[in-house]
Amino acid sequence: MTSLRLCVRRSSMTDETGPGARITLRLPSDVACIEEAVALLTYHCLGGGGDRDRMRFRLEVVLAEAIANAIVRGNRQDPGKSVQVAVRLRAPDIRIDVTDEGDGFDPATVPEPVTPQHILEERGRGIFLIRHLADQVVFNERGNSICAILLRR
Amino acid sequence: MSFSASRQDDIAVIRSEGQLTVNNRQELKTLVAERLEQGDRRFVLDFGETGYIDSSGLGALVTIAKQVRERGGDLRLGGLNDDLRALFELTKLDTLFSISPSASEALAGF
Repeated sequence: MTSLRLCVRRSSMTDETGPGARITLRLPSDVACIEEAVALLTYHCLGGGGDRDRMRFRLEVVLAEAIANAIVRGNRQDPGKSVQVAVRLRAPDIRIDVTDEGDGFDPATVPEPVTPQHILEERGRGIFLIRHLADQVVFNERGNSICAILLRR
Repeated sequence: MSFSASRQDDIAVIRSEGQLTVNNRQELKTLVAERLEQGDRRFVLDFGETGYIDSSGLGALVTIAKQVRERGGDLRLGGLNDDLRALFELTKLDTLFSISPSASEALAGF
């Protein structure tokens, strides 16, 4: 794992569901830092438990795929651009917002990678995985920011 | 080093350690391409020490499998943990690959 000294900011918050926390992380457009970013964010969301529960798996996949998309497709690995990750932790759910500095894309144009005509393609599984592992996924109008909500259950 | 290659009889065994992701998938593609050029046709990919494969890693495996099969070869996967098996099933890639519980069972399958 490359050590890039990523800095997570964490603050407390309270809403109608009770006490929670906000976590933010800005990372460079470098795929070498994805593993460290996912590990850091997962630790701040769920603690350091090594058990492979379903929530941890879903969170890791959603974070990894959203950050990789932002770096590779959004920012096109431009070292002058960064990716902003914001996480809202609440008792009932975890909300993840990942925003890049790219031109955005139309998520409706991404084909289903499990269909016979697309299953042999190398690309196109990231958004599919996020949609199937998160409970709610919304893109902003420009298409450069994804919001994924995972219910704790 | 994320990947290492060895040989068992006429089968090339590629061992993956850590993660297979957008960060290192090209390394694996290059390694298998070199083995194909050297004449290897039967491959086992050992994921017994692999914690995570992202969508780019899955895509790289699809391309590698196509290249091996285009040369008349075959590729089998072994050692995927339960989370990774779930990703293969979710993306229906379990229908494209021969997947064994362990690398030794994948080897025995040839």
